[in-house]
This record gives sequence, structure tokens and C-alpha cells, in this order.
Amino acid sequence: METSRRNFLKAGGACLLGLSLWPAVRVLAGDGPDVKADAGALKGKRWGLVIDMRKCWPQYQQGCRDCMLACRREHNIPVIDNKDEEVKWLWTEPYKNAFPEQEHAYTPAAIADKPFLVACNHCDNPPCVRVCPTKATFKRPDGIVTMDYHRCLGCRYCMAACPYGARSFNFQDPRPFIKEENLDYPTREKGVVEKCNFCAERLDKGQQPACVEACRVGALIFGDLDDPNSEVRKILAERNTIRRKPELGTHPSIYYLV
Amino acid sequence: MRDSRYIITGLIVFVVLLTFPLWSNAGKAASPPQPNLDTPAIQNLEQKQCVEATEYMRADHMQLLEDWRNQVVREGKRIYVAANGKEYEMSLENSCFECHSSKTQFCDQCHNYLDVEPDCWTCHLEPKEP
Amino acid sequence: MLVKALSGSKKYWGWITVLLALSGAGLACYLWQLQQGLTITGMSRDVSWGLYIGQFTFLVGVAASAVMVVLPYYLHNVKVFGRITILGEFLAVAAIIMCLLFVIVDLGKPMRLFNMIFYPTPNSILFWDMVVLNGYLLLNIIVGWHALEAEYKGVAPPSWTRYLVYISIPWAVSIHTVTAFLYAGLPGRHYWLTAIMAARFLASAFASGPALLILLCYIIKRVSKFDPGREAIQKLAAIVTYATIISVFFVGLELFTAFYSQVPAHGMDSLTYLFVGLEGHGKLVPWMWTFVVLAVLALVLLINPVTRGKDGYLLLACGAVFIAMWIEKGIGLVIGGFVPNAFERVTEYIPTLPEALIALGIWAAGFLILTILYKIAIAVKEETV
Repeated sequence: METSRRNFLKAGGACLLGLSLWPAVRVLAGDGPDVKADAGALKGKRWGLVIDMRKCWPQYQQGCRDCMLACRREHNIPVIDNKDEEVKWLWTEPYKNAFPEQEHAYTPAAIADKPFLVACNHCDNPPCVRVCPTKATFKRPDGIVTMDYHRCLGCRYCMAACPYGARSFNFQDPRPFIKEENLDYPTREKGVVEKCNFCAERLDKGQQPACVEACRVGALIFGDLDDPNSEVRKILAERNTIRRKPELGTHPSIYYLV
Repeated sequence: MRDSRYIITGLIVFVVLLTFPLWSNAGKAASPPQPNLDTPAIQNLEQKQCVEATEYMRADHMQLLEDWRNQVVREGKRIYVAANGKEYEMSLENSCFECHSSKTQFCDQCHNYLDVEPDCWTCHLEPKEP
Repeated sequence: MLVKALSGSKKYWGWITVLLALSGAGLACYLWQLQQGLTITGMSRDVSWGLYIGQFTFLVGVAASAVMVVLPYYLHNVKVFGRITILGEFLAVAAIIMCLLFVIVDLGKPMRLFNMIFYPTPNSILFWDMVVLNGYLLLNIIVGWHALEAEYKGVAPPSWTRYLVYISIPWAVSIHTVTAFLYAGLPGRHYWLTAIMAARFLASAFASGPALLILLCYIIKRVSKFDPGREAIQKLAAIVTYATIISVFFVGLELFTAFYSQVPAHGMDSLTYLFVGLEGHGKLVPWMWTFVVLAVLALVLLINPVTRGKDGYLLLACGAVFIAMWIEKGIGLVIGGFVPNAFERVTEYIPTLPEALIALGIWAAGFLILTILYKIAIAVKEETV
């Protein structure tokens, strides 16, 4: 069969184009009939959390650490004494450290000395996702910024990018530092970064995040920021709330009532 | 050939090293794995079948597990609908280990025999064996 | 041509042995790090990049500076650089290999390195850094090797390599710009969040790289029959002078913006930490003042044409420039960016011994590659002299 060079190049180009379309075809074809989300999964467009610190503090002063302990148990978080290598998902920081740009010399003592719960802010515009070179850190369609620990290189670019200090690196094998193992959830391994995942694994099964469920005074209110009828939106509409470092354009999804 | 001494010695050392795995293992046949499938959960099954046919699982479980992992971690989809219509949670801990509660029987025997080292266990906790 | 690296004096083999021993020590420490994790380093939750990424950043500059001999020769027909372009290109090759090694030893999971290729992510600057660094390495190997081969055979290099040279010129600028973008695009790292970051990087690169090249030229002159030529060295010295002036000027700009505006979020805290200490922490203060003293010394010796023209003073000045820029970029810039942390606290960083040995091992491996490449290049040049 005779074919001109021109036709050959055309056909070749068409083949190349076809190949480049393949990923799109796979996406459009869906992931087949054989996987689906749990029917009871909580559905949201942008999950958010309101933390009512005024409800929290009296309990905290009496020694309540339920949310942090529940988080630690749920996710097999190691307890490492060396401050430099600590792994933290949900912890407390004094007001002046959590909100450095809002603190002033005359901050009411009722706030200034108080601990604030901090965690990953699940930013709407997350710098960690932007910098990750492998998409190991990514944002789910429901707004949760989460990690694929199978893919993380441990380059720690995300730690440099996160303005909230919410990311921890496993400088060593975390296993020996896990106090009680939850066999239903994996641990992490030496060499990967980790952080709060808003309990994506629980939401997908229809449960509230572990910290929210554990709070005995209802100081943690979880809901869809995109849904005007959600409880979080009602609180945000009625009361003044603050967020950490709003000037950075990251749009955190954790709001504080003080 | 003024350096023949060195060349020949070097060649001999090279050949010996190259064939090391062959003669060091000569006569030692590794026994094929014979995993014991007897776990309480399997005993209680009416129909003794994994999420897919045994042949498929034997050959392609790694691909299935990788698909599961990507669906769960990246897509948030956690339910697997098997070819026979049954639904399973896509979870190593909460589905696989229910039946395959012995890592030594179900994982290590074959993996050791084939000398493959999947890195599942640095994160996923192995079930406590009875 | 490779065979030329296999015949040398006792001193040559002694030097190779030293470098091999240092690389071996570094490798041993790295194997230990692989087993134990990065816990053996001085890095922490707060200062999550340290010596490794600092060296990487500094060496990207050294690699980029090859353009300072290539550009004048190819675009402005500065003939005296014809003899040393190969030295610049091979320096770039060795520097880039060191850069890649420094990135690899910094990874928590180096065996997953290829995830960067399996899951290419164009929104990540690190992805682009991988692309431009590997491209630049390839360009310099191809161009350098062909030029040398042509010289060996006494013919002109293939004409197509000329186009690669033209590509390599903006490419050199790109590697250091992209590396600066690694830092300059991060919210919340005030010291790095500056529009002149890439300009600063290029200026300090064009100071430290040619300074190193001058030092190498003197060494080559002493240990071989090849003379890079006084005129070439003096031209390079002029480049080092301008680049050092601009570089120090840029540091001054940062200081002015931070301290006259008095906005803490413009790097005031980091600069305070670096130069006078913050909240009682000041481990980097002596380093930063060493930088200042060396930079001033270098400027005095370089700007004065009399001292710049004298070998001894020029060597001293180039050594001072190289060390000053290494401190400013390889240590101060990276670590300073992490202080204070996201909670306005100061966590200090000191590299550990194994960490330093790994870094030294990579430097040794880089110099081993450089020595071999230079040995080949010089052997070819000695034959054609």
C-alpha cells in the first residue's frame, strides 16, 4: 500500500492524540460498577469545624483531654517526648502563639493565657497541596486536605509551605511510640509526613470525626460550610468567629468562638 | 600476555562470584508453600470463597489491593461490589484480616517462597494471631 | 578519552584516594540514616530542612554560574574564555550531580523518588526543579563532551552543539530562578517571601561560581601544563566583583525593607535571629557576621583594581566570596526562613556529626567527578598546546 509522508504523519498524530486522550477516557468511563461510596457516608462540599473555646476551657481546666486522646487512639498517633520529633494532629497552643498577629499587650487575661485547640485547618486554598511534587497531599471534593501515605516521598516541602505548623514528619519508626494500637487503622512509617485528616475514614462510614464525638460539652461543631442550613453556618451567621492567619489567603476551615 | 597471571586470576574470581547463587544453592530444593486455610472465620463461611475467585485472587490480589487502596484513600469510595454482587468494605484490616487472620499462613509463606517483600506491614498492623 | 583519567601522578592518586575515603565515610553514614531515619540529623519539626537542602540551594548557584563563561564567549565573542568554557561546563556537571545527591539524601523515602515522574505534578515547583536540573545536567554533559572531543581530534565541534549552547544560557538562569521559587512562593515564610529572591540567588550564584572557577584555574595552573590565561582570570574577577557588589546590595535591600517598614511579616524576625539573635537564641550570629566580614574584605580587595590584579589578593578575595556566599545561602537563608516557626517560637538547628559527614561525602563525590572531568579536559588541552 502506498502512503504519502504527509498521510503517515497525520495518522501518527491522530494515534498520539488518541493516546493522550486515554486518561480522560478512563475518567469518563468511570471507575466501573464495582466500587462505590458507602450509602451512609456523610456528604459535604466543604467540611468545616467551629471550636467553641468558651465551652472547652472549663473542661480543659479540669483536665479534660478527651478530643486529643480520642484522636490519638483512632489514628495510632505516636507519643514522642522529644519536642523536635513530635507527631501532632490535634493539640493546644496559647493564644499568642496560635494567633500571633491578633495578640496585643492588653489582650483580656481570660483569653491571653488560655490554650487553643489547633490542627490542620483544611484550607480551601492549601499551600501544602500546591507544593507537593507527587500529589501525595491532595484535597478531596468534600474539602478535606488529606494524604496518601503510600505516595509520600518525605521531601517535607509541605512542612515548609504550611503556615500553621500542622504537619509532622516521622523522623524515625513511630511504632515503638504508639501507646495503644487501634487495629482498625494503620500506623505511619519512618520517612513520611502526616497530619490531621478530619477523620475522612469515619465520615466515609457516616460517623462524625473522633474529636467531635468525644467532646462531652459539644465544643466542637462539625459540618458543611457550603450548606447554609448546616449548624456550623448558623453559628457563623450569628456569632463573631476568628480564624488563624486569615491574611495569608489560605482560607482555613476551622473557626474559633472566643 | 605479560599480565596473563592477573587476567586469568581475575577471570576465575569473576566466574566464581557470578555463579555463586547457582552452586551455593545446588541440591537444596525449597519446599513449596502449603498455607493452612483453617481459621474460625473461614470455617463459619457457608460458601468458602474470597471476594473474587481463588484463581484470580492468587494471581492478582496485589492489583486488587492496589485498586482498593487508591479508591479508598484518594476517591473516598469504600465499598467493593464483587462479581457475584456481594459487597465488601475495601479494607485490609476490616475485611481481609477477618478471614485471613494469620499473616504467617496467608502472606508470609508465599511471599517468602517467591522472595518478594511487599511493604504493607510498615504501616498496616498485622492481625494478632491466636 | 576516559582513559586519560587513569594515568596520573602520585599526588593525583593521593587526592583521588582522599576523596574516595570521604565519599565512603559519607556513604556509610547515609546507610545508617536509611536504617534509622532522619532522626540522626539535627533537623526537627520546626526546622524541617537543614544542611542538605542548604547545600543543594547553594550548589544550584554554582552550577548556574557556568553561564558566566559560556555567555561572554558565545554571545559576545570574548575569545579568552574559549580556553575555559569547558571548565565552566564540567563544574556545572559536578555541581548538579551534587545537587541531585543532596536532594536524595534529604528524602524520607528515597526509594519512592520516581513517584515524581510517575505522578508528575506541574503545580509543584519541586517538579519543575527536577525538570530543569536534569535538563541542565544533560545539556552540559553533551555540550562539554562534544567540545572536548572536537578539541582532541583537532576539529571544530559539531554545529548542532552550538544551538544547545544557546539553549543552555537561558536554561542556566532558569535553574536558579526555579530553585528560588521553591522558597519565594510560600505563605507564612516571611523571610523567603520576597520578590527579589530569584535575583538574589542569581547574583550570589554569579559571585560564588566564578570565584570557585578562579580558584580552580590557579590550582590547574600549578598542577598541570595548562594555563587558563591571566586575561581570562581577570575577566572572571571582574564578573565576581560586580556580582558580589550586587549580591551584598540585595542583602541590604532585604535589611532596609524589613527594618525601616518595621513590619514583622517582612522578615524582620528572621533577620534579627540571624544577625543579633532572637529571644536568647543566636547560634547563627557568629556565622552571619563572618559572612559580613568576608563580604566586606572581598569587596575591598575586588573593587580596588590594584589588589584585584595581584594573584595573592585575588585568591584571598575569591576564597572570601565563596565562603561568604556559602554561609549566606547554604546556611543563613534556609535555616533563617524556619525561624521563628509557625507559632512564633524559636527552634534552633545544629547539624549532627553524621549529617555533616554525609554532606561532606557528597562534596567529596562531587569533587571526585570534577577532578576526573578536569583531568580528562586538561590532558586533552596539554596535548593540543
